[in-house]
Amino acid sequence: MIQNQLHNQNRLPARTPANPATTARAGAAVRFEGVVKDFAGHRALAHFDLTLHPGELVALLGPSGSGKTTALRVLAGLEATDAGSILIDGVDVGALPTSRRDLGMVFQSYSLFPHLSAGENVEFGLRMRKVRGEERRARAAAALALVGLDAHYDRFAHQLSGGQQQRVALARALVTEPRVLLLDEPLSALDAKVRVALREEIRRIQTELGITTLFVTHDQDEALAVADRVAVMRAGSIEQVGAPEELYTRPASPFIADFVGLSNQLIGRVLHGFAQVHGAKLPLLDPSQADGRVTVSVRPEDLELGREGAPGVVLSSSFHGSLRRTTVRLEDGSSLVVQHDVRLRPTVGDQVGVTFTGAPVSVDPIPAPI
Amino acid sequence: MASVRPVAHTPTWPVRGFILGSIGLVFAIPIVAMVEFTLRRGLAGGHDFSRWTALFQGGFTGPYRTVLVALGNSVGLAMGTVAIMLLLLVPTLLLVHLRFPRLRRLMEFVCILPISIPAIVLVVGLAPVYSVLARVAGSGVWTLSFAYGVTVLPFAYRAIQANLDGVDVRTLSEAARTLGAGWGSVLVRVLIPNLRRGILAGAFIAVAVVLGEFTIASLLNRITLQTSLLVVSKADPYTAVILSLLALTFAFLLLLVIGRLGLVRTGRRRPTTGGQS
Repeated sequence: MIQNQLHNQNRLPARTPANPATTARAGAAVRFEGVVKDFAGHRALAHFDLTLHPGELVALLGPSGSGKTTALRVLAGLEATDAGSILIDGVDVGALPTSRRDLGMVFQSYSLFPHLSAGENVEFGLRMRKVRGEERRARAAAALALVGLDAHYDRFAHQLSGGQQQRVALARALVTEPRVLLLDEPLSALDAKVRVALREEIRRIQTELGITTLFVTHDQDEALAVADRVAVMRAGSIEQVGAPEELYTRPASPFIADFVGLSNQLIGRVLHGFAQVHGAKLPLLDPSQADGRVTVSVRPEDLELGREGAPGVVLSSSFHGSLRRTTVRLEDGSSLVVQHDVRLRPTVGDQVGVTFTGAPVSVDPIPAPI
Repeated sequence: MASVRPVAHTPTWPVRGFILGSIGLVFAIPIVAMVEFTLRRGLAGGHDFSRWTALFQGGFTGPYRTVLVALGNSVGLAMGTVAIMLLLLVPTLLLVHLRFPRLRRLMEFVCILPISIPAIVLVVGLAPVYSVLARVAGSGVWTLSFAYGVTVLPFAYRAIQANLDGVDVRTLSEAARTLGAGWGSVLVRVLIPNLRRGILAGAFIAVAVVLGEFTIASLLNRITLQTSLLVVSKADPYTAVILSLLALTFAFLLLLVIGRLGLVRTGRRRPTTGGQS
């Protein structure tokens, strides 16, 4: 598939179909089944289960130490699992060394081989697969063209910017037409503008090639922007997995609500299928929630600033281009962030009222004191 | 507004000339003195090339032939020592770096240890080892390379470790493995090319140490360049100095060749043109 794409874009001569190293194929299905990984007493992966469908881009999102990079590394074979299995297209690859798993990987730190030019870096994987000279160079040039760096074939890593180096690393990972593409926070070392441009480029290429991709990131914007599905990790296992919109609008827990987008954590009660907080009665995302004290997660955009509602004092207000966020301290001492129109410009110390729009909320029960 | 003078990062020409001149003098004075000594005509006074021409016209025959043999021994020992360093030290350092990083302190201690032990003490410990070695593998000169392998360890370790610290060996090897390279290819195609500077520096030092080593060879009764020069100097000090000068030139050329190997295709001096994109 990738090669078809490369051919289409660069009018390369068709390759010999008999060569197994260059045969185009669709993305593979990947399945983690109860994977456990311990590091010196610390459980990095706790019965980790995840399925990647062929051609899908799944972002693994989570705070530092949640085990997302470990999950990617065990799939790559760079770490051995302590229990569970990893299947690619239904075949357990646990016993296969990294070099035989047929994966492409882009690392967080710049990983181009410094002694080789950009073109030779891209050729490396093909050389390992014993692809002959002329075809190897043509495919490397085509892969570099795919990431817009065909003019940089002879440049060395130290002659390229960070963004260019990661593009070459992406070309290097893709040129062998791997079954799965692994991206280990590939954009985290880049500045904001380059990061946004490159993540869109990654998404474009991934969609065009249809390659199954696991994208590890701690940046929620990045995950929501590029992924077909986002899997949020916490303490070594998946907390929730779903489409970006689903995660944002229907978070399974206050942790997800807090981690994916901004949210206010307020103390309230559940009574007869509704959350009651600061005098408001809000529908629940999970109506089966039992009555009792709970932590209620409310998005800043689900609050309104005005004269009505819960009274409070403006603590700060910040401008974010198309919107403004204002922090208000309520009479009970709790603070919450309200997102509103930029034309409304509250100043510090203003007496304001906060009302709820009535959007459904997720709640987390507060254990009763023993 | 007054213009701001740029901060000087390099010394001015006179300062540079003074520093280089001073260092040059330190090296040049003994060499010039040696050359002058070999040109003396003895008690009659004056200078000529008679001792140089006599040595070369004689074709290094008689007692001087030993020096050529000894030179061959020393070069062979240097190569053996470098081979031991490459085959033992480099893979061990990589293994410790990649798989057993907790052993690094111990490794450093073991490698640095020989520098704190005087050669004479080292020989006392090595003598019984070599008496066993002689029974097993004979008492050829080449066996000295094991002892030299130990003596060059601190210098070679430092050179290679410094290079190792400057390269992200873990990421490079992982990148190569995900691209389909086995450990052999990772070592040969990725790690060694990126550690070339350190390995060459280690080899450089190993050759220099072996060519200049006297104590261990003498006390273990092996014939090397240094021990043979001592024998010649007892019979003819003038010729010994000529041979020392020739040995010095040979070592210089040898190290120059090794140094040139390190300059092959690094691509490091090309101008940087890439911006963030």
